[in-house]
Amino acid sequence: MANTPTQTRKSLERHGLSDEQLKTIFRTMLLQRQLDNRGFQLNRQGKVPFALGSEGHEALQAGAAMAFARGKDILAPYYRDLGLSIGIGLTPYEIMLSIFARAADHNGGRQFPNHYSSKRAGLMSFSSILAAHIPHAVGAAYALQYRKENGRAVLVTFGDGTTSEGEWHESMNFAAVHKLPIVFLCENNQWAISTPLSLQMGQPDIYKRAEGYGMPGEQFDGFDPLATYDAVKRAMDRARNGGGPTLLEGVCYRFLAHSTDDNDLTYRTREDVDEHRKDDPLPRFENLLLDSGVITADEVAAFKKDVLRETNEATDKAEAMPFPTADDLYKHVYEGAWEPWQ
Amino acid sequence: MAVATSSSKVLNNVEAVRDTLYEALKNDDRVVILGEDVGARGNVFLITKDFAKEFGTERIIDTPIAEASIVGIAVGMAMEGLRPIAEIQFADFIYPSFNQIVGEAAKTRYRSNGEYTCPMVIRTPYGGGVRGALSHSVSVEALFYHVPGLKIVVPSFPADVKGLLNAAIDDPDPVLFLEHKKTYRLIKGEVPDGHYVIPIGKADVKKEGSQLTVVSYGLYVHWALEAANQLESEGMSVEVIDLRSVRPMDRTLILQSVRKTRKLLVIHEDNKFGGIGAEISAMVAEEALFDLDAPIRRLAAPDVPAMGYAMPLEEAYMSSPAKMADAMRDMVKF
Ligand SMILES: Cc1ncc(C[n+]2csc(CCOP(=O)(O)OP(=O)(O)O)c2C)c(N)n1
Repeated sequence: MANTPTQTRKSLERHGLSDEQLKTIFRTMLLQRQLDNRGFQLNRQGKVPFALGSEGHEALQAGAAMAFARGKDILAPYYRDLGLSIGIGLTPYEIMLSIFARAADHNGGRQFPNHYSSKRAGLMSFSSILAAHIPHAVGAAYALQYRKENGRAVLVTFGDGTTSEGEWHESMNFAAVHKLPIVFLCENNQWAISTPLSLQMGQPDIYKRAEGYGMPGEQFDGFDPLATYDAVKRAMDRARNGGGPTLLEGVCYRFLAHSTDDNDLTYRTREDVDEHRKDDPLPRFENLLLDSGVITADEVAAFKKDVLRETNEATDKAEAMPFPTADDLYKHVYEGAWEPWQ
Repeated sequence: MAVATSSSKVLNNVEAVRDTLYEALKNDDRVVILGEDVGARGNVFLITKDFAKEFGTERIIDTPIAEASIVGIAVGMAMEGLRPIAEIQFADFIYPSFNQIVGEAAKTRYRSNGEYTCPMVIRTPYGGGVRGALSHSVSVEALFYHVPGLKIVVPSFPADVKGLLNAAIDDPDPVLFLEHKKTYRLIKGEVPDGHYVIPIGKADVKKEGSQLTVVSYGLYVHWALEAANQLESEGMSVEVIDLRSVRPMDRTLILQSVRKTRKLLVIHEDNKFGGIGAEISAMVAEEALFDLDAPIRRLAAPDVPAMGYAMPLEEAYMSSPAKMADAMRDMVKF
């Protein structure tokens, strides 16, 4: 027998989120998907050379963003964290500046799309080199602990494939030795470009590795924003209160190809993807909010319209902005002016 | 040996490093030191001996044996406001951290358009002549000096060690600080008291001369000076420039000297192929070819992977004041 709206609402209440917060999570998910699609569209239109997709990661990222304390916590993300980034305060315009590689982009159009950096939002600069940002996150966590800035923690994210890198292991080890205020959040989408989890590691449950380092580990349904929120909130609170690091694993799936340069049908079938799409976190969460009466069908329609408008406006505004100039090439090599030999 | 005055004292290179680190820890609590065995033992050369007792193990961090993360964690510390000094126990073990130095630290400012920076120092002992065999003798400067965004300092004299290490710690960008381990206890000199800096990127004329410019750095500056003094007693005049910084490199001083003496010899311990000498030679050829009276010459290590443990292998790999004097004589007489 299906749950009544009251029963559904009751089950929602255990997460301790207000209706406003639940709607924010939903809206972040919608916005993430819209912006994501826009990147791929712009690529197909020949307007941008490259885009990265995060479809399938919306629940995980919007849920995690809700557990992040803005203005306090530090995020060390990776390139698939569009939803996390908007969830902690980056604007659609900033996202579009990055996609279009305009001068006003945070990194001046120097990096691939999705490689944001924003001191304002507490988002650390990072490169495309897998796992290289993980020791940086640990160093930041050390800085927080060293300065006794209690109540602050670092959230570092990465894909499943990245846990094969030495720097991931070294970082887990150091964080555990020093009981640092950090949460390692694996967005396990089952694939690393074309390499499946089974060829990546002998231990299919990533969270179980935590024990080997001496920290708690936990796995949750990454298609469920509330399960994600619960796990990340618990772990972040533990970190903020001196309880040390945690390894979290959210299990999700990557619906799109790795990037606009990848054809995923060379290594998986359409049926396989469609099978996972049945579990798409967006309709699932939408239905949950509708069933529980947190949101109305009109509100959902208004949200969708609003998110599309925002995306359109951000696209137009960013596209109209100038590119960096050749002179910008020579800026920020070192502090001050750089006089190369030539 | 110089006589110490009231405002200076005589130290060897290792003492100069130690004193400078100590002052930095005293003056700025953002400064932390991390590396293998830097705490209880005080590093394998005892440079940080007793630091942990005075400053605590939160500031003098004994790390796991994991070089990529020693540097990577320092990068994160620097990005979040600390002033880390990361130590790689021997330069030979720096390779696992190559990506963190070249791909991350050196690019952080650039890739974030100046929003994030990496004010950090990576200190490491390097170089041969100490029977260190294949894995404790390496010169690594050429592997790193190709990289804009990174500074590389290689001091040879105690006073320079202090001034340049202070500059490296104060520097808003990542600095790789290379300490030649044979000079650690061998080389003594007067070191001024108090905080002072020697700008990174400025070479120094250690001996003036008129018939030949010799550019060198590290241990070999001392040997080159020995050779130049020998030539002086034979009536020849050689100018010896201590590069001190490999990047940025003091092109002005090199050109000035070469235009005066009209001859250039570059001497370094690292392999000749693709070494620092190649860059200096190319630069001088581009800028001052018609000021030269002789072909540029490089005296450097043979093209083999490393110096061996057996004495004849080490000796054959390394140069010597005698070999340097021979090269200088040839050039002056050319
Ligand atoms: C050090 C390094 N090696 C290889 C790559 C190329 N590469 C980019 S993304 C990727 C797959 C990463 O997979 P995963 O960590 O699971 O994250 P996902 O992309 O699936 O979210 C690879 C191999 C890289 N960027 N860095």
